[in-house]
Amino acid sequence: MKRKMEISELIFKIIAYFLLTVFALMCVYPLLFALSSMFSDFTAVQSSKVVLWPVGFQTEAFMYVFESPKFWINYSNTLFVTFIGTIWCLIYSILGAYALSKKRLLGRHGWNFFLVFTMWFSAGVVPQYLNYQTTGEVMAKMVGAGSWSDIDLKWLIVLAMGMNATNIILLRNAFEGVPSEIEEAARIDGATELQILTKVYIPMSKATIATVALFFGISRWNGYFWAYRVTEAAGQSYSWPVQVYMRDFLEEETALTGSYSADTATLSLGKGTSVAYAMVVMAMIPILVIYPFIQKYFAKGVNMGGVKE
Amino acid sequence: MFKCDDFLIYDEATGTYSMSPEQQVRDETERNKWKTAGFTILKDWRLYLMLVPMIVVYLLWKYAPMTELTAAFRYGDFQHTNERPWVGIENFRTIFVGGEAAGFWMAFRNTFITAFYGLLFGFPMPIILALFFNEVRSNVVRSIMQVCVYLPKFISTVIVTSLTLALFSGNTGGSSIGVISQLLGMISSSPTLHARLNQGLVYTVEYFRPIYIVTDIWEHAGYDSIVFFAAVIAVSPTSYEAAQIDGAGKMAQMRYVVIPSILSTVVIMLIMKIGGLLSVGYEKLYLLCPDPSADNYNVGTVVSTWANNKLGYLQQAYGIAGEMTNNLIGMILVIGANSIAKRAADVSLY
Repeated sequence: MKRKMEISELIFKIIAYFLLTVFALMCVYPLLFALSSMFSDFTAVQSSKVVLWPVGFQTEAFMYVFESPKFWINYSNTLFVTFIGTIWCLIYSILGAYALSKKRLLGRHGWNFFLVFTMWFSAGVVPQYLNYQTTGEVMAKMVGAGSWSDIDLKWLIVLAMGMNATNIILLRNAFEGVPSEIEEAARIDGATELQILTKVYIPMSKATIATVALFFGISRWNGYFWAYRVTEAAGQSYSWPVQVYMRDFLEEETALTGSYSADTATLSLGKGTSVAYAMVVMAMIPILVIYPFIQKYFAKGVNMGGVKE
Repeated sequence: MFKCDDFLIYDEATGTYSMSPEQQVRDETERNKWKTAGFTILKDWRLYLMLVPMIVVYLLWKYAPMTELTAAFRYGDFQHTNERPWVGIENFRTIFVGGEAAGFWMAFRNTFITAFYGLLFGFPMPIILALFFNEVRSNVVRSIMQVCVYLPKFISTVIVTSLTLALFSGNTGGSSIGVISQLLGMISSSPTLHARLNQGLVYTVEYFRPIYIVTDIWEHAGYDSIVFFAAVIAVSPTSYEAAQIDGAGKMAQMRYVVIPSILSTVVIMLIMKIGGLLSVGYEKLYLLCPDPSADNYNVGTVVSTWANNKLGYLQQAYGIAGEMTNNLIGMILVIGANSIAKRAADVSLY
């Protein structure tokens, strides 16, 4: 039975489609803009002639980034921090969330509060920075180096940054949703605690773990502020993540941030700007590649653990 | 005979009282409380061992920084916080009414205003998007749109700010007017606007906040709509049918079917957002206005970036004191919001 569409419904539908299309295009436009600018003529980029499609064509900017050793060093730093950092965060988050999801854990409410309190109150940027500095000094002492600028600060970034209590709570809620009968069955079959976690809980909460891994990974890949503060203070540009390098390049070689000076710039302004867009595109590629595959998981994961009733 | 069957037993034959067996068990349990806890932990040691890495990480890098907060009550003269002499609330007096007051209150006001406008304009957007997504019947079209609108959430702050600076750039210092600024220039012919466009909208006092809020909506609206969309599609189709049979048009359906159904989600999300009001994204503001000599510094500095710019031990103490004030107020907001949520919707967020 097909119902006749009312005029008010039709108007609403048209408005909805129109505005959604506009917003969706707006969301994609800046990325297309960066892609076009990367391949456009330097003069066209500098005089903002590029609107949507490339004006002229060159691959020099891309080749500059492609052949820049500094870019690839920083790119590999980011890859390192993202991979090792995500795995590290996932390990302690999954283990901790599993323990927290157990009703028989003594002081369960206390541990939950311990975790949640960090979401309510943070010490602030200055204490956090002093803490990272102390951590760096301690790490340096542990390996027998003089000060924190002598050790590779990538390890500090991997170990000490990227904590997220929300993710642990997402995992905990997912683990709580696993029926306890399955756990009992596994226990009767002689499974140890770790086996129950790896053979029962992790396979049954794959969607949430994928979501949380994505969140950790993205925040690692995109992390700027603390990595910059720490590596800048220690004067260590070889352990910069690519985001820090990109910002630095933007300040040195383009006129966009207001700190540009023609005396210190090594490239012409137009080329510098094009190269900056090329870096933006290159830094986005990994996210754009994995995004469509993992997209279907996170909507599910977010709704599952967002609100605890 | 007084009643004491709870813990004592009256023996009629001898006329004496003796401890009831239940009470003996209770005493025994009480005496062995720690022992039992120890045994439980020992028996289950694998489970507790699993908790250890997380606790260590959080103690080292979330709780240890809080010990530095004592610096807010000390005179910042030495490198190590513990060596500094106590001065009581002297630092707080300096930032509230003393020499640092202008900077602190400016930053605090900016934090509040930015957060408030962000909430006012940013909060309805995801709901509107979710309602619109519900109108798109074709799954393919909707999926394509959703992929597009979720995307900005995953782009790094550095890239977002770089593109913002590029699209709104002015024509000073060798650059030329950005694409969006060109578009605005075509729409309006107001000479003041054109002067601002040339200056670079991000660097102007009037347009800094709108740009920050628009880019923030651009970043988060799509992603935040996930929760609301889930609430909207949970509305049963029979409710729509019933409303249609009763002669409700589209607007009436919205008003009487959809809005009441998603209201609890909206309230929860709103309370959650109010809780996080004072923790505005300082990373983005730091990247958009890093230069204390620029015009936009007076509207774009929040307490975190203000504290971050404090160099030297003496100044650091002011920064720590100021940010601590801000974060404490933020915490009160979160706890208050959560308790309201508990009472109003019987839902606890944590």
